[in-house]
Formats: sequence, C-alpha cells, structure tokens
Amino acid sequence: MSRFTRFAGSVIEAVLTPHAVDRYLELVDPMVTWTEIRGRVTAVSRRTDRTVTFTVTPTRQFEGFEAGQFIQVSTVIDGVRQTRCFSPAGSHHQPGDLEFTVTADAEGHVSKHLRENLAVGDVLGLTPAAGTFTLPGTPGDRPERIRLISGGSGITPVLSIVRTLVDENHEGAIDVLHFCRDSADNPYREELERLARFRNISVTYVYTRAGGRHLGPEHLEDLGDIGFACGPAPLLETAKQLYSDAGVELRVEEFTPPVVAAPSGEATGTLRFTEAGTEVDNDGRSILDQAESSGLFPESGCRMGICFSCTAVRKSGCTTNILTGESNDEPDQHIQLCVSAPVGDVEIAL
Amino acid sequence: MTEHITLTAEQVEAIGERFDAIRTRVLNDLGEKDREYIYKIVRAQRGFEIAGRAMMYLPPLWPVAVGSLGVSKILDNMEIGHNVMHGQYDWMREPGLNSREFEWDTVCPADQWKHSHNYLHHTFTNVLDMDRDIGYGILRMAPEQKWHPYYLGNLAYASALMVLFQWGVMLHDLEAERIIKGERKWGDIKELVAGMRKKAGKQVLKDYVIFPALTGPLFPLTFLGNMSANLIRNLWTFSIIFCGHFPSGVQTFTKEETADETRGEWYVRQMLGSANIDGGRLFHIMSGNLSFQIEHHLFPDIPANRYPEIAAEVRATCEEFGLPYNTGSLRAQLGSTWKKIAKLSLPNRWTKQEPDLAVTIERARHEDAASKALAKAGWQRAAEREMVSV
Repeated sequence: MSRFTRFAGSVIEAVLTPHAVDRYLELVDPMVTWTEIRGRVTAVSRRTDRTVTFTVTPTRQFEGFEAGQFIQVSTVIDGVRQTRCFSPAGSHHQPGDLEFTVTADAEGHVSKHLRENLAVGDVLGLTPAAGTFTLPGTPGDRPERIRLISGGSGITPVLSIVRTLVDENHEGAIDVLHFCRDSADNPYREELERLARFRNISVTYVYTRAGGRHLGPEHLEDLGDIGFACGPAPLLETAKQLYSDAGVELRVEEFTPPVVAAPSGEATGTLRFTEAGTEVDNDGRSILDQAESSGLFPESGCRMGICFSCTAVRKSGCTTNILTGESNDEPDQHIQLCVSAPVGDVEIAL
Repeated sequence: MTEHITLTAEQVEAIGERFDAIRTRVLNDLGEKDREYIYKIVRAQRGFEIAGRAMMYLPPLWPVAVGSLGVSKILDNMEIGHNVMHGQYDWMREPGLNSREFEWDTVCPADQWKHSHNYLHHTFTNVLDMDRDIGYGILRMAPEQKWHPYYLGNLAYASALMVLFQWGVMLHDLEAERIIKGERKWGDIKELVAGMRKKAGKQVLKDYVIFPALTGPLFPLTFLGNMSANLIRNLWTFSIIFCGHFPSGVQTFTKEETADETRGEWYVRQMLGSANIDGGRLFHIMSGNLSFQIEHHLFPDIPANRYPEIAAEVRATCEEFGLPYNTGSLRAQLGSTWKKIAKLSLPNRWTKQEPDLAVTIERARHEDAASKALAKAGWQRAAEREMVSV
C-alpha cells in the first residue's frame, strides 16, 4: 500500500470516527469492506436430505487457509447474528471460492436454517482461518502414510486434506475411513469415488445404520505415520485411545477455540490486573485463560470472540488478536479477553 | 392543594408482577422486526450525516447542511447511541451495535457515560444524594437540595449547560462538585481525563479541523456549520433529557425510603420519578424514544422502538392503581422544567413549595434475611443488567 493510500485511509477513518468505516460500507454493499471479511454465496446444492453444499467468494481481506482449518461463518437468523465453525472442503492450493458442506443437525438451529434457506447471493460473515487440524511439514515433505477418520460432517476438513495432498502429488498411502448413516447420507460420494481411483488413495465406508459398527480397533489395522480424526465425540475418544496406545500422532478437530501460539517467539512481560491488584508472568495464552489461572473469573461466554461477554478494558500495553493476528497498543481500549494475548507488559482493568 | 396517593405493599408487588410479565413477553418477542428497525434508523442517520457533510461544499445550502448534520448527530446520540449503549440491541450480536463496543458522535467517551448513566442514574434514579443527574452537580433541581446564594445563577448555569451540553455530559463523570470540595483527587480522575482528551480530541479534529480543511477556502463556513450542528444537537438533547425527570409532579426519593428496595418498589420509583412527552411518531424517534421516559426507566434494556406499545399497558396499570402518569406536550413539560429551574434559584421560603403530588408507598418489611435476599434479587438483577462494568 502506497504512502498516499495509507494517508487517505487514515483520513477516511478520522472523518468517520467514532464509527468504523465498515459501519458505513455495509449499508451500501456488504461485500465492499474496509477491514471485515465477508463472503457471497455463489452456488448452493442440496445433495442429500440433511446437507447443503455451497461455495462462497470471500472479500479481499481473506488470506487463504490451510487444509483442515476452520472458518467462523456467521449469518443472521431472526434478527440475531449466529456464528458457527465450518471447514472449507477444497484443496488449499486452489485459489478463489471456498466450498463448505453443512449437515443439518436435529437440534442444529443454524445448520437447519442454512439447509432450508441458504440461497445464491446471500452474504455471510467470515473470519481468518484457524485451527491446528493441519498437515505437518511442507508440500513434498509430508508424513508418508496418512490415515484420516471422519464421521458425518467431519468429512469436510478430511476432504480438504486429501484434495490438497493430491495437488501436491503426494505418493504415500492416504487412507480414508468414513462413518455415515448409509450410502445416501454422503454428500461427497462422487468426489470420494473419484479420489479412490488414485493408486495410493483408499476410501472405506462404515454405514452405521446398516449394521456397521462404531469405530473400533478392527477398523484400523494400520494407523499410518499420522492420523487425523474429525467427527462426533465418541469417535474422537476412541481414535485418541487407539492412537495413544500405539504411540502414533493423532490430530483431532473438535472445533474448539483457537490455540494460541505465543506471538513471534517467547512470551515476555507481566500481565497485571489493575482492579484485583494482582499480576502474573505472561505465558502467551489468551488473557481470559491467564486470568482464570490466576484465580480471577471474569464473565465469559463463547470463548471464541463471538459474544463479547468477556470484553474488558486494556489500560496499557500491547495485545494481539489471536483470530486476526493484529496487534494494538492504544490505551484504554475494549478488547475481548478470550481472543487477545499479551505482547510484553499489559494492564487489564479486572 | 397537594394530592395524596397511597399504595399498599400488596399493590406494589402486584405492579411488580405486572411489569415483569410485560418485560418477559417483549424480550421473548424480539427478532427480525427490531433488527430492521434499528438498521433503518442507522441508515437514515448515515444518510443525513453524509448529505450534511457534502452540502457544506455548497454555501447556498449551508442552512440545509447544518440541519442535516444536526439531525444526524441527534439520531446518533439518542435513538441509536443511548439505546445501543443500554444494551438494547446486544441480543443481535452485531459488533457495530453492541453496548460494549459502541462509541457515539459526541465528545463524551462511551464507557464514562455508561458508568454515570447506566449504573448511577438508572440504579439510583431520583434518589437525592445518589442520582447525580439531579442537577448535574451544578444546578438546584429539587427543593430538598440545600439552597445557597450560588444558586441565584440557576437559570444562567442551566442555559450554559444547554448550549455546551455535550461538554457538560463529558465532564459529568468527573463529579466536579466533589473535586471542588476536595473529596476527589487528581489520582481518582487521571484516567477519566485521559479518556476525555482522547475522545474529545478525535471529535474536535473531525468537526473543527479535517472537515473544514477538506472544504478548502470554505473553512470558516464549514467550521461554523459543524459548530452549529453540534449546538442543535446540544439544545435538543438537553431539552428532551431535562423533560425526563424535572417537570412538576415527578417524585424524588430519599436514601432511607429506598433502602433494600423490592422489585415492585423499584418499578414504582422508576415510574413516579419519570415523565413522558406527547408527540407523533417522528417526534418519538427524534427524541430517541426518551419521550417514553417512564417506559424507558421501567425497561431500560428493551429496544426503545417497543416503548410505544408498552406504554398503553403501563398507562392502564397506572389508572388501575390510581397512580399518576406524568405526560404532556413538549411545550408544557419544557415550560414546567424551566419554571422549576427559576423557582429553585431562590430559597424555599421565598416561593410556594407545595408539591402538586405526594405518593406514600407502604414498604414491605421483610422479617428474615432469606426473604429479604429473595426480594432483593429480582430488582438487583434488573438494575445490574444496566450496569456495564468499566
């Protein structure tokens, strides 16, 4: 960005203060954004009776994802902006649109709404991709034999990983074990069939409503060099057990809050809670986690940066937003504690 | 002649239950309709703002520009800002309309205002020596406030406050009268002042430096235009806000009267301590629905667009229990307020002090700590919802 553009940008922000520029742009066209990420739905298909598969074109701020990661997608239902985590199913080497598949859960408020109502042209809120359910190593230098276990909607990040490996011409064995109700309950049947034709890729189905048993040792004679598991909690528990017994690494996707990596190197500084009068050495985790470890229990909710329950004032110091990577050090700023990590000395009004 | 009204403890609790039912019903009904409403108002506000700023480039349109910008500032301040910061739209989970994130187009920092308003004013409404909105620390607005020759200037101070209202609101949380008395020190207010400097700095830069500069040779005209727009907003917001609690007939309360309040007693105090203004739909929107001050004080966190429909029920409840429902035209309420400001500039014995109305509330006495705690829980939760911790 040229100096002039940057200057013009700050003039625009200064004349629209105190409201964010996006608060103006969204009233004209939600796909024209200043800092926020949105996506327009470009195609929708309902391949099975419970699923909806759709593609989304993100705004320019979106910086891509790594296979297996998830994005927090939001949509408005009955006046309320609801947010859920979904994993793009495409290869991360393919640029452009993101592909998602959502399974309408019996109790799923948002998934049911999307299955019934999502249409081309709808604009969704997006976030940067997050999550550690990713391939270790680099293209061409991945673990040799990779085992992927999925249940139901867990197929999406697994598919992303497989498609990515195919783009990288991965030669080691890629074995997919997928649990679903029956053969009709699989929105990616065709894609998986095509992938299974590769010499080194195998796809095995277990149909739980047609007598198939839930995950057990008999399904996994070969655990591979690394395992990936994404699906319902019991499936994950069993997978964790089997892999830890064998001492093989297993990566699991539970759509939990993003794990903090201490920003660029070791965590330094002190985290001070000004109202409680206490302080702790910064260990790089989110301020909410560190506050709770120190015995303070501020109000919190989703712990993922969605609900604003944990918002508190950063009196001084610099913090990083775990979701976006942005740092800020303006004094007396409201920050969401669950997605902010201290950089150096920080004071929070708690 | 003073009119006397008495309420029994049972009646107070019945009123409490009635209002709780209204609250639950409306909160459960919030949805797309309310979202559309607030976004419509936001859209209008932005439209007036951009139009106003743009028209400053055309000197013949200067009065229209000022009017447009004034309307935008009023909407941002009242129907949008005040209501959003009460948490009325938090349920929508939109960061732009969330009470914890929102900042408004005036020099007062949002978090300081939320402290003095949501917490202090709404919890201790009209309780003498607790609600600092009674007089803002510089005026005498209740006969119970001890008279002093300083108050001879009551009308002048009120006029000055009105003209510079956004600055008065900004300085409100400082509690200047306590600083003067020596009760509050620099250490207590250092952070508040830093916050004010930052917020006011950005606002002043925007209205009085950047925008005038962007119109080049028209700098002085735009400077004056923006100042006038701010003045319009000051005059309007002051008038609406002062009509909320100062027309005659509105009750004040003592700390003793309100100690250990039950939920029902809290509701009744909010109702008797507030006054409405009559008007059409556009007037209500421009006043941020503070023309429904009574309903706002009963249900501060219910989206204000719901107040008109709630008002019918509140009014009916008042009639049923023989309670006054203080409402009048803007002219009448405003006139009554300025009359009070004038009257209270003089010692009580020099003027007729008979109140129009005296309401006695039979207070339920709770025998044991348990039932006392139970009675307290409900209203405390309602009040605490309005507290946004800073």
